[in-house]
Amino acid sequence: MSSKNTYLTRIASYFNEIGALGSFVARFFKRFLFPPYELREVKKHLEELGVKTLPIVGTAGFITGLVLTLQSYPIMTKFGAEGFLPYMVSLSIIRELGPVITALIFAGRVSSGIGAELGSMRVTEQIDAMEVSAVDPFNFLVVTRVIATTIMLPILVVYVDFLAILGGFLGSILVMDTTWTLYINQVIDVVKFSDIIPGIGKNFFFGFIVGIVGSFKGYYADKGTEGVGKASTTSVVVSSLLIIIVDMILVKVTLLLWPPA
Amino acid sequence: MAPSLISITDLYKSFGDQKVLDGISLHVEEGENLVIFGRSGTGKSVLLKCMVGLMKPDKGTIVIDGKDVVSLSLKELNVLRKSISFLFQGAALYDSMSVKENLAFTLSKNSKFTKGEIIKKIDWALDSVSLLDSKEKMPSELSGGMRKRIGLARAIITQPKLILYDEPTTGLDPITTKEISKLIRDLQQQLHTTSVSVTHDLICAQIISDRNIVLKKGKIAVEGSIEDLMNAQDPFLKNFFGSEIIEHGDD
Ligand SMILES: Nc1ncnc2c1ncn2[C@@H]1O[C@H](COP(=O)(O)OP(=O)(O)OP(=O)(O)O)[C@@H](O)[C@H]1O
Ligand SMILES: [Mg+2]
Repeated sequence: MSSKNTYLTRIASYFNEIGALGSFVARFFKRFLFPPYELREVKKHLEELGVKTLPIVGTAGFITGLVLTLQSYPIMTKFGAEGFLPYMVSLSIIRELGPVITALIFAGRVSSGIGAELGSMRVTEQIDAMEVSAVDPFNFLVVTRVIATTIMLPILVVYVDFLAILGGFLGSILVMDTTWTLYINQVIDVVKFSDIIPGIGKNFFFGFIVGIVGSFKGYYADKGTEGVGKASTTSVVVSSLLIIIVDMILVKVTLLLWPPA
Repeated sequence: MAPSLISITDLYKSFGDQKVLDGISLHVEEGENLVIFGRSGTGKSVLLKCMVGLMKPDKGTIVIDGKDVVSLSLKELNVLRKSISFLFQGAALYDSMSVKENLAFTLSKNSKFTKGEIIKKIDWALDSVSLLDSKEKMPSELSGGMRKRIGLARAIITQPKLILYDEPTTGLDPITTKEISKLIRDLQQQLHTTSVSVTHDLICAQIISDRNIVLKKGKIAVEGSIEDLMNAQDPFLKNFFGSEIIEHGDD
């Protein structure tokens, strides 16, 4: 095979993949709109997701707030604007850093997990076994996971935002004179609904991406253990990339809908 | 003669340019127990998967219980599937569920049994494969042979009309092999189950089969009783059933 040929087949398979992912999403909504729902499974996944991710996203959030404060303090002082530090830190966290950092960690931890889990179920014919016993595996395995990730990520973001602001406060008392009451009042003062809603809202999209990409990669994993590994790693790559792209689009949309004063 | 439960006509299936099933026609009567032999990679598993609609043949028809599997809607296919069980070659136990949950899953998803009935059925199925004490275990805690037997328990628990066994005794010791084969035979007699089994195991086939076929290069090469197959003069069969040591021309 010539190298040009492999290049073309690669591009073709890239677009094939996008098409397949598209119809996977469509299948999700077709299934999602009609009961029955496997609510017990959804609940089980929600609990697992919480246990799996709360510690890491919490730690990452806290440190982000702390470091952001420590990094920004010298610059803000240079402009004589150190009084604005709590404003800047909390806005950056709520509008952008909290959601995106949480989503990317979530993608790394959860998308790969779903990819590996469903991938090994595909490879060891467990998905086929479900199908033969007249259970719809798409409904039981995919829909439940996607619903769980879509609900879970926005909740995580609220938690991460809070810890990051706490981290920011710790940073502040390290570099300047402030108290918790003063700090939190400054934060409450500046943060508006129009910051919080889009910040949390976009995580419904990110949560959906993580669930659907992991499921897609796992559900159609190639035979063999190699297929499972591939499903797991490509899930992370694809979902992280999609999160960044969708974030860019959503930021643009938010700025149009709620222009900064 | 009993009516056919399974009628397969002119079945073809290829993967890319690899022909796997090359014109298979086959009838299985109600209550009959068919055993399929064939070398590794001849398409035995593919044939079973086509029967339950897991794979679509390129050409040909499969009629089970009066319904054409290939052209059924998913909904109709699922109705049919409730009367069929499939033992997968690798058992395909659900990793995330305990043995008990594995068995309960198929039951509770398919029919309305009370909790008590489900527990009774689980106990019966596990007792049949002598693994009652593994009820709470996870699949990862079982040996290969135990997994196979749990897979078997999961296949028989719904007491279906038709069971497809993909190598039910591979990996089991000779004593368990005999026990499992007898269990399959008993089920056939007590519940009048029809079965199609893929096996490489002569002991098993001797116990469970009413009729045997040998697949070769995507076609049915021979058909008959075990004695017929073992006494055949065909060099491939002689080789296959071990009445002659390996020689050339053994495909
Ligand atoms: N999903 C698939 N995609 C591509 N090729 C496949 C697929 N499934 C099976 N095959 C091919 O079809 C052929 C028959 O496979 P099958 O699993 O039916 O063999 P078998 O007769 O059951 O063998 P064994 O005794 O080893 O289980 C093999 O060559 C296999 O590579
Ligand atoms: Mg096989």
